[in-house]
Amino acid sequence: MTVAFLNLTWPTFANGLALGGIYALMAVGIGLVFGVLRLVNFAYGQLIMAGAFALAFGAQWNFPNWLSILFCFGVVLALSVLMDRLVFRPLRTHSPAVMLVATFAVAFLLQSVALLAFGGLGKSAGQFAFLNTPVDILGVEIKEIAVISVATAAGCLIVLQLLLVRTAVGLHLRAASMDFRTARLLGVRANRVIAGAVIVSGLFAAVAALMLSVEQSQVVSTFGLQETIYVLAGVVLGGLNRPVPATLGGFSIGFAIGILGGALPSNQTQYLPSFIFAAVIVVLLVRPNGLFTRGGGAVERV
Amino acid sequence: MSVLRRSPEFLVPAALVVATALLGLEVSVYLQAYFIDTLVKVAIVVALYVFIGNSGVLSFGHISFVALGAWTAGVLTVPELQKRLVMQGLAHSLLTTNVGNIASLALAAGVGLVAALAVGLPLMRLSGLAAGIATFAVLEITNNVLTYDQALGPGVNAFSAVPSTTGIWQATIGALICIGIAFLYQLSRFGRMLRATREDPAAAAAAGISTHRQRLLAFALSGGLSGLAGGLYVHLQPLTASGVYLDLTFITLAMLVVGGSGSLLGAVVGALAVSGLDSFLSAAVNGVDVFGWQFHVRNGTPEIVVGTLMAVVLIFRPTGITGGRELSLPRRRRRVADLEKARATT
Repeated sequence: MTVAFLNLTWPTFANGLALGGIYALMAVGIGLVFGVLRLVNFAYGQLIMAGAFALAFGAQWNFPNWLSILFCFGVVLALSVLMDRLVFRPLRTHSPAVMLVATFAVAFLLQSVALLAFGGLGKSAGQFAFLNTPVDILGVEIKEIAVISVATAAGCLIVLQLLLVRTAVGLHLRAASMDFRTARLLGVRANRVIAGAVIVSGLFAAVAALMLSVEQSQVVSTFGLQETIYVLAGVVLGGLNRPVPATLGGFSIGFAIGILGGALPSNQTQYLPSFIFAAVIVVLLVRPNGLFTRGGGAVERV
Repeated sequence: MSVLRRSPEFLVPAALVVATALLGLEVSVYLQAYFIDTLVKVAIVVALYVFIGNSGVLSFGHISFVALGAWTAGVLTVPELQKRLVMQGLAHSLLTTNVGNIASLALAAGVGLVAALAVGLPLMRLSGLAAGIATFAVLEITNNVLTYDQALGPGVNAFSAVPSTTGIWQATIGALICIGIAFLYQLSRFGRMLRATREDPAAAAAAGISTHRQRLLAFALSGGLSGLAGGLYVHLQPLTASGVYLDLTFITLAMLVVGGSGSLLGAVVGALAVSGLDSFLSAAVNGVDVFGWQFHVRNGTPEIVVGTLMAVVLIFRPTGITGGRELSLPRRRRRVADLEKARATT
């Protein structure tokens, strides 16, 4: 009955999965940095925006596709390392609220720089728009990009999981996000761990920029902003303290948006943000420590 | 005597506001608009301060109460004839109701207060990041509804035909009312209780203070002041829903943080300083004349300068220009110093 009302179809479902995958990658990017720095990076969307602009310049300069992708990764990584050095590092000892407001400032700063440099109309990054063509999978027409997004997101998450579980860097990262001070006492190098988190987070931002630019080929200064707001909500919703709940939170909000965006009657899709954020508020009230966390959450009083 | 001793907490910010207004009277009508805008920003930032400064909890949602206040005051003052032309989807009761300038401002404050009370009742149980995201969600919902719901206002269009009653005096009086109420609140036992929960939640709870209740009170009060400021804002210029959304949230938070979110003086100084800089640069986009020297900047420069300033202040002076301190008469300052000394020795 609800299915009939929601007009749910397989392509919509696939879109939901694809958006969920991209949001999950962004959630990991935000969650990893939060793990080691206790910093919610509001400026994550502007990393994605920078990556998308890099792609647009690649298109303008007629780069071959591999070079555009490389350029996108280079720009995003450089910017995220720069952000860490110039803003996060001096702020490391401040309270989470101060850091959040500071990243808010960085976000608006970068957005204004983009607006100033590239104008209100932005630039076009159309080189991957051909991925919007539908392919036939088991008799269902699904956009190629949806398949690629799901596969890439899954691949990235698996590689990250292996990195976290099988390598020394991963061990250090996990240790640092559990208890930064103790990890340092045990010989984990703070700067190296933070650099690792920032780099992985930047890589995922670049991947997200690639995926998002397929459907939004006109890159403007607000590219990635709305997505970041959703992902931040999703990450807090899932539970910021651990990578898996954060990822699940990001995925579920992306999935919900994908499904509802395609399935709601058209006169109601304009209120989609209201539905999503109302749900976010309700979940936060019921489970303030996150939807996918188990127990714990007691306030530490020393 | 504490009222007298602490009176500079009110008098100094109030004097700054009046000085700004007097300066605004001296300039051309074109430039005066920037001064009025600055005074309205002071009202918004003081409203923010009442909650954020006293409770220490970050709120990204206050601009939604500004938006609600603006919508209330706007819809209720546009003449019915114009409403039929520019707001065709408006609900019938709103279409036929019209009130005057002062009444519309009072109603805007009332709507802000009631909305903040309703929103705060559940939300004030949250703290930390959950509170930040939840208040952000409120902003998103408000903006989404006001942008698309034609029954409540102009929807995606700008608020045209609102009588521009916010001149320099109305803005000054509005800002002074906000400062006065903020002062009285922080002087009251409620303000003190909320500050206690900010400094040490566990100790405050042990002293029998309900954090939830005190935060809710401040949230409602600051929602009411936000609504009033929104009313002033809509009577100043044709607003759109996107004009009371992320950009305004950013700039007002920047003002509060740059000035120092811990004190009323900080809120006012921050609003005046950042708004002054922002106004000057905005005017310079069209070219301003500084003592015979033509000053020109490119579009977008104000945002970049303000963003940089905010980041720099946060990095080097996270408590803001004023360091979160109020001005007061000397006796109290000595006592605080003694207290610090006593605390240091124990």
